[in-house]
Amino acid sequence: MQEGAVLEMRGICKYFPGVRALENVDFTLREGEIHALMGENGAGKSTLIKVLTGVYPKDGGQIYIKGREKAITLKSPEDAQKHGISTVYQEITLCPNLTVAENMYIGRTKGALTNWKKMNADAQKLLDSLAIPASPTQQLGSCSIAVQQMVAIARAVDMECKVLILDEPTSSLDEQEVAKLFKLMLDLKAKGVGIVFVTHFLDQVYEVCDRITVLRDGKLVGEYVIEDLPRVMLVSKMLGKELDDLSDIKSESETYEIDENEACVFEADQLVSNAGISPFDFTIHKGEVNGFTGLLGSGRSECVRAIFGADKVTGGKVMMNGRKVRINKPLDAMKNGISYLPEDRKRDGIVGDLSVRDNIILALQVMKGFFRPFTRAQAEAFADEYIKLLDIKTASSDTPINSLSGGNQQKVILARWLLANPVYLILDEPTRGIDIGTKIEIQKLVLKLAAEGKSITFISSEIDEMLRTCSRLVVMRDRKVVAELSGEDLTQKKIMATIAGGEEQ
Amino acid sequence: MTALKNITVDDIKGSAKKAGNFMLGLVKKQIFIPIAALLILVIFNLIVDPSFFEITLSKNSAGDPVFSGYLITILDNASELAILAIGMTLVTAASGGQDISVGATIAIAGSVMLRVLCGTDSRPETLQAPIIVAFLVCCVVSMLFGAFNGALVAYFKIQPMVATLILFTAGRSIAAWINNNELPVIKDPSFGYYGNFIPGVPVPTPVFLAIACMIVIALVLKFTNLGLYTQAVGINSHSSRLNGIDPAFIKFLTYVILGLCVAVSGFIKVSRLSSINYSVVAKDIEMDAILAVALGGNALSGGKFNMPASILGAYVIQFLTTTLFKFNVDSAALPAYKAIVVIILVVLSAPIVREKLSKLWKTIAPKKAAKEAN
Amino acid sequence: MFLKKLSNGKSELKSRNALSDTNLLLIITISVFFIMYISAIVFLGSGFLKPQAFFNILNDNAALIILSCGMSIVMISGGIDISVGQVTALVCMSCAVHLDHNGGNVLTAFLLALMIGLLFGLVQGFLVSYLEIQPFIVTLAGMFFAKGMTTIVNATQFNVVHEGFQELKNTRIYVPGMGSINKIGKYVPAYVEIGVIVALVLVVALFALLRWTKLGRSFYAVGGNSHSANMLGINVKRTKFMSHMLCSLLAGIGGFVYFLHVGSGSPSHASGAEMNAIASSIIGGTMLTGGVGNIVGTLFGVLSLNTIKNIVSSLGLDEAWWTNITVAGMICLFLLIQSIVLSRKNKNKA
Repeated sequence: MQEGAVLEMRGICKYFPGVRALENVDFTLREGEIHALMGENGAGKSTLIKVLTGVYPKDGGQIYIKGREKAITLKSPEDAQKHGISTVYQEITLCPNLTVAENMYIGRTKGALTNWKKMNADAQKLLDSLAIPASPTQQLGSCSIAVQQMVAIARAVDMECKVLILDEPTSSLDEQEVAKLFKLMLDLKAKGVGIVFVTHFLDQVYEVCDRITVLRDGKLVGEYVIEDLPRVMLVSKMLGKELDDLSDIKSESETYEIDENEACVFEADQLVSNAGISPFDFTIHKGEVNGFTGLLGSGRSECVRAIFGADKVTGGKVMMNGRKVRINKPLDAMKNGISYLPEDRKRDGIVGDLSVRDNIILALQVMKGFFRPFTRAQAEAFADEYIKLLDIKTASSDTPINSLSGGNQQKVILARWLLANPVYLILDEPTRGIDIGTKIEIQKLVLKLAAEGKSITFISSEIDEMLRTCSRLVVMRDRKVVAELSGEDLTQKKIMATIAGGEEQ
Repeated sequence: MTALKNITVDDIKGSAKKAGNFMLGLVKKQIFIPIAALLILVIFNLIVDPSFFEITLSKNSAGDPVFSGYLITILDNASELAILAIGMTLVTAASGGQDISVGATIAIAGSVMLRVLCGTDSRPETLQAPIIVAFLVCCVVSMLFGAFNGALVAYFKIQPMVATLILFTAGRSIAAWINNNELPVIKDPSFGYYGNFIPGVPVPTPVFLAIACMIVIALVLKFTNLGLYTQAVGINSHSSRLNGIDPAFIKFLTYVILGLCVAVSGFIKVSRLSSINYSVVAKDIEMDAILAVALGGNALSGGKFNMPASILGAYVIQFLTTTLFKFNVDSAALPAYKAIVVIILVVLSAPIVREKLSKLWKTIAPKKAAKEAN
Repeated sequence: MFLKKLSNGKSELKSRNALSDTNLLLIITISVFFIMYISAIVFLGSGFLKPQAFFNILNDNAALIILSCGMSIVMISGGIDISVGQVTALVCMSCAVHLDHNGGNVLTAFLLALMIGLLFGLVQGFLVSYLEIQPFIVTLAGMFFAKGMTTIVNATQFNVVHEGFQELKNTRIYVPGMGSINKIGKYVPAYVEIGVIVALVLVVALFALLRWTKLGRSFYAVGGNSHSANMLGINVKRTKFMSHMLCSLLAGIGGFVYFLHVGSGSPSHASGAEMNAIASSIIGGTMLTGGVGNIVGTLFGVLSLNTIKNIVSSLGLDEAWWTNITVAGMICLFLLIQSIVLSRKNKNKA
């Protein structure tokens, strides 16, 4: 092992049926450093981490850890914990039926008995020190997702670990919580813990990391000290090509002439659902791209869910092209030409074990009716057309969607809703957890569709992405619509100020 | 742009590997499990006693020519199970659970049937209502009970096994209550045609009824989206809802369809005897029906399903039962042997075991090919 | 952002003191039992007032309590075991044959019962956890196997005459101060059988196991979310294995207690006991989806189930079908209560 290294992976290989997920990858983590693991979706980051945490057995290569002469084998997460590797995963891997305290200590305490009193007291101390708003005796399932994620982080950092792996832990956290996490990471770094940090947010990488390892196509691209690798370089390393200027997308494409006098494609009057949002008004014209923005949990997803009828609509009027329509359930919305790409791809988007083909035709099929199924040849034709159009990387249209990478799964869902040929398309975080290449493709597609005369509502956590695509932004705060910005008001600064609220203006 | 690089055909040069892959492909097909099980049973019987497969044309007690032989017995007796397997497969796929009340609801269906046919007298000389009317009433009642199960599962979100535990417990009592705990007997011979033979037709009627059900379900799956909807709901009900499917209704619907299957099975069961024994009729059939679904390689946790495999699974179970009977296994001890066979089958079809076996095959096959080449 | 934090904090505080699902269901079960028993005393009179009436429920159902505890543990871990009823029958028959035909003694009979339980636990546990076969199918096969084996061991019912066994069977443990005066004015002390003591000791021991041991908490974790439990460093396979092991072992003990109560071997013994055990567990607040449940609740589940049976028969409706229909109705009622309570609770959370 190298001097000062706490973890070394040499020549790691991992194969899945028909796929080389990792090929001869080296990775070195030194004591007291924060090391970013970067790559596009499907580059092999998650696989590498799962090999390191014992979830997947490796097919080749060695793993060395500080304090052991020989290469270690990791058969299960339990093994990894014993070797001092602790992990926070992107999805929450805690048990919702247990208490907060139990989730923090289960599986890592010694002895066969549980000392509830001591455990709760320890947990309280840990929660207080991280200012997590939860009680140790509370059932974890009753906490918000962000709190659950913080509990998972608290658990991981409390372990006497040599290596801490953070696999996109920030996607459900707000800025304050992220700041808290970064402070924690720096503390641990000072104590000599090696931290592996995986994220899609470039800002965060440059804020805390010391080194970057880039993976592409399951192979190692290289390891870099952060000062030597400016952003643009990093992105081009990840993509494997020179980056075209992102900010020019909007001006490049032609835009649709919006006729303000024409009746709105969609118009909501005091619409409200049972998901706890205040009634809101909303309009969108033909060929317009607008967006909802606000912090996570501000109610922006709930608004579009109300438009689509995904949550129970409890009041308000909806007009489409000047006619009054009733939208009580998703099928009503679909029949009126509204499509909705949901925020949570895994839970609300994909139908896991079904083939790519069935996933693509699903929405159109449902609209066509229960008694009128497409023939195999028709379905095949639709699927092939969209696989080609969106450049979906799949072995065949028969492949289960599960086995595709996240970005490709998202494209399949997008294909599904494009196939439904909507007049009004709602895209809720279509680019979350997706590599930059696909992100740009999706943004370009949005503008192209708008130019063809479709109305689109675009939601994203990244404001510059919204600025690039939207001509009007509805700003939300605390489950209420607080402003509508357009034209000259559409600047990063102004939007931030509106989101943050009055006192910061 | 993804790392998921497909291994192209060029990568897997070498005929040995190709042959291996073909075998692997076959082994990976879902329907392989029941087919392999059936083949093993057939080969076993061929070796031990080929007369098992003899079919003779003889005269039955009524003097009509009928086919007889073990194969006919299997086809005949598996009818109810095959019909139930259809409904059970759909229920399993959509709701990720099983209906354990089918045996008890068959008792109800049969009881309703007899009640309509007998009227007020428990042993009438003539039928008090046309059989078709009785059958339709029986269908409606069975579908109502199916709807009860379905409502608990779909709208109250109770786990299927638990929800159907209610009718499992009460069903046979309800069946007895429908006929005031009397045992009606139908004397009209025409009622017996449906569970036995129609005069002049040498093949047992239940076989035709089972085939009819299979044709109906095949047509339904072909000309409606039932298959796609049930699988989508079973795999991910959240996203199904956002695609305009009503998951609760689809789950509910599958239970009602199972109710219909129960009605047909119940009809065959009572027709076989022209009578009913509430506590014994179709006893433990729910276990066999679930087993048929599992033998068909379908995940009992729902999602994707393969209907022909399930139906074939039902025939495999009956094949096994008949084989055991032939070897004079005491009917009470039968379950023990059945259990052993079932365990062997499920162990062999377990994904973990199959993965190990296919790995083993991969290491053996190239060696074999190398030998042949030399 | 500030406002959002504030409202977040508020909602956290609101649910901070909320009951866990397990405790909520436990409270419902216990209160329903008491309401039912008290109303039986009020409306049906003295029959239920005698302590012995209550103790008889215990005497008759000691074995069911043990079986239900095992069932609850498997259900909490997210599995199911439908072989327990037939394992009970097999244990009864084997012990009966062992005592009367093979000249064994009570101790070896008990060891035999344990052995049978252990064997079923080993095989079923291995198949479920290490070969990842669905527990329903595995235990269904186990049920078939036990059923067949019972008749292979001995096909007909027979009563055990072994002296030492009879002595143990007729041992009564008197409960001080709970007796009553019978018709001819004689004081009849209240008693329980040995099986009840075994059952109650097991209830306490298993309660402690689930509450305070690492293994017990692992059952909950695995049942709640087995994927997460694995990531938290719990050995999921071993935990599942142990749950099946424990359940079958308890089926062995339960089988012996059943044998001690009936004193005979028969292929029809304890038929349907698995469903009664599942029903008791559900009434006791264990959820078949796993992760939620309590042994004390299970005890009350058994008591409730059998109290309702007694109420039905003392109403003069003792045809078997009324009992079944009422029991089914009761399961239905509890399921609806659970379904409504939990969905309302989840709504509050949102």
